[in-house]
Amino acid sequence: MGSVIAFWILAALVVGSAVGLVVRRNPIHGALFLVVNLGGVAALYLMMHAEFLAAAQVIVYAGAIAVLFVFAIMVLIPGKEETGPDPLRAQRWLAVPLGGFLALEIALVLRSTVFTTSRSPATVPGGVEAVGRLLFTDYLFPFEVTSFLLLAALIGVMALTKRKAS
Amino acid sequence: MLPLISFRAIAPGMALAATACLLLLLDLLPTRGRKDHLAVVGLAGVVLSMILSLGLWGSDERAFNGMVRLDGFALFFNLVIGFATGLVLLLSIDYLRRQGMESGEFYILVLFSAVGMTLMAGAGDLIVIFLGLEVMSLSLYVLAGWFEGRLEAGEASMKYFLLGAFASGFFLYGIALIFGATGSTNLDRIAVAVAGGAARDPLLIIGFGLLVAGFGFKISSVPFHMWTADVYQGAPTSVTALIATGSKAAAFAALLRVLLSALRTVQPDWAVLFWGLAVLSMTAGNVVALAQQNIKRMLAYSSIAHAGYILVGVVAGGALGGGGVLFYLLVYTFTTAGAFGVILLLERDGREAVAVSDLAGLATRHPVLALTFSVFLLSLVGIPPTAGFVGKFYLFGAAVRTGYVWLAVIGVVNSAIAAYYYLRLIVFMYMREPEGSPTVLVPSLPAGLALAVALWGVVQLGVLPAPFLDLAQAAVIPLLR
Amino acid sequence: MEYVSLLMVFAVAAGVAGALMGIPLLIAPKRTSPAKQAPFECGKDPVAVAEGRFAIKFSTIAIFFIIFDIELLFVWPWATIYRTLGWFGFVEMMVFLGVLMLGFLYIWKKRGLEWE
Repeated sequence: MGSVIAFWILAALVVGSAVGLVVRRNPIHGALFLVVNLGGVAALYLMMHAEFLAAAQVIVYAGAIAVLFVFAIMVLIPGKEETGPDPLRAQRWLAVPLGGFLALEIALVLRSTVFTTSRSPATVPGGVEAVGRLLFTDYLFPFEVTSFLLLAALIGVMALTKRKAS
Repeated sequence: MLPLISFRAIAPGMALAATACLLLLLDLLPTRGRKDHLAVVGLAGVVLSMILSLGLWGSDERAFNGMVRLDGFALFFNLVIGFATGLVLLLSIDYLRRQGMESGEFYILVLFSAVGMTLMAGAGDLIVIFLGLEVMSLSLYVLAGWFEGRLEAGEASMKYFLLGAFASGFFLYGIALIFGATGSTNLDRIAVAVAGGAARDPLLIIGFGLLVAGFGFKISSVPFHMWTADVYQGAPTSVTALIATGSKAAAFAALLRVLLSALRTVQPDWAVLFWGLAVLSMTAGNVVALAQQNIKRMLAYSSIAHAGYILVGVVAGGALGGGGVLFYLLVYTFTTAGAFGVILLLERDGREAVAVSDLAGLATRHPVLALTFSVFLLSLVGIPPTAGFVGKFYLFGAAVRTGYVWLAVIGVVNSAIAAYYYLRLIVFMYMREPEGSPTVLVPSLPAGLALAVALWGVVQLGVLPAPFLDLAQAAVIPLLR
Repeated sequence: MEYVSLLMVFAVAAGVAGALMGIPLLIAPKRTSPAKQAPFECGKDPVAVAEGRFAIKFSTIAIFFIIFDIELLFVWPWATIYRTLGWFGFVEMMVFLGVLMLGFLYIWKKRGLEWE
């Protein structure tokens, strides 16, 4: 019972912050709503005992990515003189039929039996130890490749931002 | 359980990765300001990787719990990727210095993208395909915008990155859904699950659709081609060659492995899908290419059309179609790297000569270069005795023999349409006089060497294709077991 | 239910933060002066920041931070099962960290971490 109540509170928090993110005109406020949203999703992961995922969500997304968003907004935010009227304003009306279509789609999915029957809940444990054990045995190769991916990202950042200095 | 750690299985990729790390260290050493030596060391690494691939020929192993496969298929693609990377390194040396954009990071990133491509070619697991895709793409996003300060370079990098990130998102989502439907990301285990009845699972179908969207982006097939022309135009010409050859070959390698080894039992279902993609890509690419005045944009649409031709072989499937795809990708690598290599040697009024009209009168002033370019163009059209003819012949032949006659007919009609815009370039070179100052050739020894290798490839594969065709067909066999 | 303790930490944090903000509001004397009314900006001139742009340098540092943050995320599960993994796990992690430290060395030597 307690977990059901907690779920609904979290769900309201997640959906509410997502709405806030879309509605707020100030991008910084939007970014803060995003942090709330990511934190709420992390709590939802925790409720499903996916502890590693929850921690990753908080450390990487709510922590680092949100910081990057804020900096990117600070760098790119245009002065008042640069924001003219939205040239594609007419396209906004497309949101109404497309949103309706999506709602219809979700309703159909929820009503259908395809996604409810015969699918057991996750069999893979999501605790940190379980993830670690998988990561260092079965997924050893992808794990090591990840370090290479991060290295490529580092060099890419250097090439993009610091090339002139060198 | 500890996985089987086999350095043998990843030796070609390891050679490239170690070279990339070595370049990192070399770049830190104080030098006289030139970075040629990095390209030379990188080239040595590429050659070493190709030699290792040849030395491992004939092996068929799985390592790291099925994450990596060492088979003829992976090795064949290692050679294709090696040729692509090596040619691009050679083409870049003088080109970058001329544009004032030489920097150690360039060669490092080229090597990194080659590592990603090799990973994709030898991946036995969707996770490894994804990681390879990302290593390759991240490097290429940066390389595409190398000429900072040029408006079109920023556009190229930005478009490639944003749309590529979307495509990666689709791809990853597709992997997640396939994992949900089959309980594994390993291609062998997916094949077992699909044969065992997971094929009708809507999760699998949606997941596979998302996967196709991700692959479609990388092979620039219609309707995922929107980025192609702008990126090809704005990227440095040598990088354009890498995107057109290496990244496309790697994406086709991973796509073909997924289709032939994991989803072979449901071939009739996906063949319909790729039939449509092939026809759309061929037709749209060729029709739009007719109107282009910029050679790089024209070759971009030509590359979309070629993705369509190669998809014909994918539709046909089996050893015939798969072998045709592998052979054509090798041919396409030589031809396209050569064509871009010619363009990057041309300058007019101190800027890069990339307009069709810049070619006017080239044949009288630089007959050898004009002839070389003509050979590459004829190979793109598919006129004998160039390699392009043999490649197309086997692709369409495979389609006919597997019953896709109409697909082959559409392909042949498209080749005829395409002849117009390729031959137009030859007409400009041989039959027009330049207006204003003429286009000049900037001589470069490494680029000349690259063109010679590409020319050798086009002629060799055109005149004596049989041994290479046998290799290509043998390379597909491990997937069909 | 096992996460109730986590919830309690959040509750205590919220309580302390609320108290720190609420109690002065109720009992602290309010004597304003122009200097106190000015927005606080860490000793920097607070004028014109809202309209101006941040330098791209901040973003560069933030991206480096993300990359090493992700690295940290992989170290954590490794540390929890380090004893069961033994030497093999140690070598695995050293390879992972070694590749990344190579990148760290690179950006350091290339002055990627310097502000100017």
